[in-house]
Amino acid sequence: MAGLNKSEFKNPVINWIDSRLPVFTMMQKEYGSFPTPRNFNYFWNFGALAMVILMIMIVTGVVLAMHYQPNAELAFDSVQRIRRDVNYGWLIQYVHMNGGSMFFIVTYIHVFRGLYYGSYKSPRELLWMLGVVILLIMMATAFMGYVLPWGQMSYWGATVITNLFSAIPLVGKSIVVWLWGGFSVDQATLNRFFSLHYLLPFVLVGVIFLHIAALHIVGSNNPLGIEPKGPQDTIPFHPYYTIKDSVGICVCLIVFAALVFFAPDFLGDPANYIPANPLQTPPEIVPEWYFLPYYAILRSVPNKLLGVVLMFGSILILFVLPWLDTSPVRSAKFRPIYKILFWLFLLVSVVLGVVGAHKPEGIWVIIGRVCTAYYFAHFLIILPILGKIERPLKLPESISKSVLGFLLAGILVSGALTGTARAADENALPHPPSQNWSFGGIFGTPDLTAARRGLQVYTEVCSACHGLKQLAYRDLAGLGLTEAQVKEIAAAATVPLGLNDVGEPVEGPALPSSRFRQPWPNEKAARAMYNGAVPPDLSVMIKARENGDNYVHALLTGYADPPAGMEMGDGMNYNKYFPGFQTAMPSPLMDDRVTYADGTKATVDQMSRDVVTFLAWASDPDVAARKSMGIRVILFLILMTGLTYAVKRKIWSDLH
Amino acid sequence: MADTSATSMTHHGPSDGKKRDFLKLITAAGAAIGTGAIAWPLIDSMNPAKDVLALSSIDVELAPIAAGQGITVMWRGKPTFVRHRTPAEIKQAAGVALAELPDPEADKTRTKSGHDEWLILIGICTHLGCIPTGNKPTEMRGEYGGWFCPCHGSQYDTSGRIRKGPAPTNLELPPYEFVSATKIKIG
Repeated sequence: MAGLNKSEFKNPVINWIDSRLPVFTMMQKEYGSFPTPRNFNYFWNFGALAMVILMIMIVTGVVLAMHYQPNAELAFDSVQRIRRDVNYGWLIQYVHMNGGSMFFIVTYIHVFRGLYYGSYKSPRELLWMLGVVILLIMMATAFMGYVLPWGQMSYWGATVITNLFSAIPLVGKSIVVWLWGGFSVDQATLNRFFSLHYLLPFVLVGVIFLHIAALHIVGSNNPLGIEPKGPQDTIPFHPYYTIKDSVGICVCLIVFAALVFFAPDFLGDPANYIPANPLQTPPEIVPEWYFLPYYAILRSVPNKLLGVVLMFGSILILFVLPWLDTSPVRSAKFRPIYKILFWLFLLVSVVLGVVGAHKPEGIWVIIGRVCTAYYFAHFLIILPILGKIERPLKLPESISKSVLGFLLAGILVSGALTGTARAADENALPHPPSQNWSFGGIFGTPDLTAARRGLQVYTEVCSACHGLKQLAYRDLAGLGLTEAQVKEIAAAATVPLGLNDVGEPVEGPALPSSRFRQPWPNEKAARAMYNGAVPPDLSVMIKARENGDNYVHALLTGYADPPAGMEMGDGMNYNKYFPGFQTAMPSPLMDDRVTYADGTKATVDQMSRDVVTFLAWASDPDVAARKSMGIRVILFLILMTGLTYAVKRKIWSDLH
Repeated sequence: MADTSATSMTHHGPSDGKKRDFLKLITAAGAAIGTGAIAWPLIDSMNPAKDVLALSSIDVELAPIAAGQGITVMWRGKPTFVRHRTPAEIKQAAGVALAELPDPEADKTRTKSGHDEWLILIGICTHLGCIPTGNKPTEMRGEYGGWFCPCHGSQYDTSGRIRKGPAPTNLELPPYEFVSATKIKIG
């Protein structure tokens, strides 16, 4: 096919490119002058927000993959290495981790916008179905991504979800073995999940391209749900919606930054800071928040196969929604009954999420079943009937003739979705009393003097049994110690130094580059020494327990005589705050166990507080840099929100 | 990267060239600064991480190395020779006329003053990268008493300079300094 594209561009370079590959013409047509309904509210921003977040996820993900090790022995440590040793690794990893949640927040709002305004109705059925495909790919990607850090929840979540496929009759078990590449979730599984996790986002980009292409054929829906009748109902996408989307992006990034810089573990599960252990199931296996509603549906059904069918069915049913909803009217604005039922459906979805976070016991089972039944009833019974019997409100003649103004969308929906409580069903276990910590709150950073005392407590008391393997001695400079002091502290420790000339392992004083030594050669030796228990590594202990700082402090000060009539196991010690009330660790602290160089009285409480401060620093050495960067980033974003909003008002002012 | 499509569009807005819209300008500038600020951490994350940097210098104890012996240490992933030269070897190295050398370099410039018995070299043949033998007196040292590369026969003298064979240049010198009479820090 000969002949160049007739390009309209004046610039000679652009014209040359465009006449051979009309990318500029395409951009101008699809995102420049593209006629877009003039009455979008901010809910129409969310598709673009999802695209921005996907780009952020791909960029951070590709960079993380330069450092991550998809090997069962190394994966957990490689993530810690990224956090501690890779320049800005903590930032990139927290962005990627919380970006996954942001992606779902934004996408769920985008989906519920579609449900409310009837964006799935003809002629947008295929557009909608492509969206459901996008949702499914997102879920697969997120599921596999969560396995990669190889924590307890990674491993056991993978085990539970892959085991679901065994419900398939006849071939189920073979499919599971095929998925695993073995007889349990293990190295083979981790490797292939890494490969697919890297692949799927690019497949996602392709499907999104189709999604947007389909959109551009039929045109966007709008809050009134009536098609534009002519140019008086539309405006060019640029500059009106480019600037409006920019405002939305700034606000979205503020929320994102608040999470990343000030609450990076808020949406996560502490159990994932415990390295995966195939021999120990966590007390609760819970997926990430965005999977909770489906988890609730799965567990609501007493039959395994039916539970799996309904769980997948809850998403697959979305494919046929355009045909289930029989109403000729699109937007809920003009459907008074549907409007109420929409909010009820949203409420039910959120409640399902809360149910998913709780153990399937007592009242949660009943609520879960009622909500599951309602969820399917909404699609299969209510919508088909409602469309036929509902009396809609009178539709306006056209978009431009409508008296409705622009809605400034609240963050109601996202607030409701993210409000799902992370349950801590602690039964009879008392809540550890809340202490005031130097590192607590929005601006708190660890008191380094206390942390240095805590280092002394760790070295003289805890290090006999507990390792700190994610830290190297050079990291202690972050406690305010000089290079000479670090060398001295390192040299006081004995570590393996490699082999001598005849191949025998030698030990010697540690160097600053050495990592803290594990106090026992391997786990088996530890079990032999400690009554069958392995003293856990303390590097991320404060993050690995719910309410970690208060919990560890309560634990260290919570030793007491067992109550009358309680049977203690052999060699076990009673502790008020330890799950099960019996621990193999004897009380490690007593008054004056350590002599502080600065003269502080070493009471049990003081030593506990100091060692918790040290361990909190050890779990999160970049906390000070993170919070200070966070303040600057959020202030900058607030400024940008103001600026873009002002520009938006200016640009939109020439539309009456 | 996130904002590019939106920000570049704002840049070529519909305003005519004459009027400078200050508000749009600072907004666009802010967006550009923001995007640039995002780029730096991503680029810097590819620089050597802290654990790699921690190993970028090593200390070597010289006391255990007897005269006439050499040891090999790993420095930045490369074999590095630390050789304790005998007075005869030093004399031999110093006495070579520069015109004879394929890569002329005086022995004095290849050692630290006051410590000319210590020769520290990167142990990688400058021809095609094999590791020359010769640290131990029992190994082949070639005609010039330094090192001999078994791959293609390059021969180095007691100053680590190429004398015979296909290698084009002398064995490379790493940066190092004496932190005490018996300890050096390489890198």
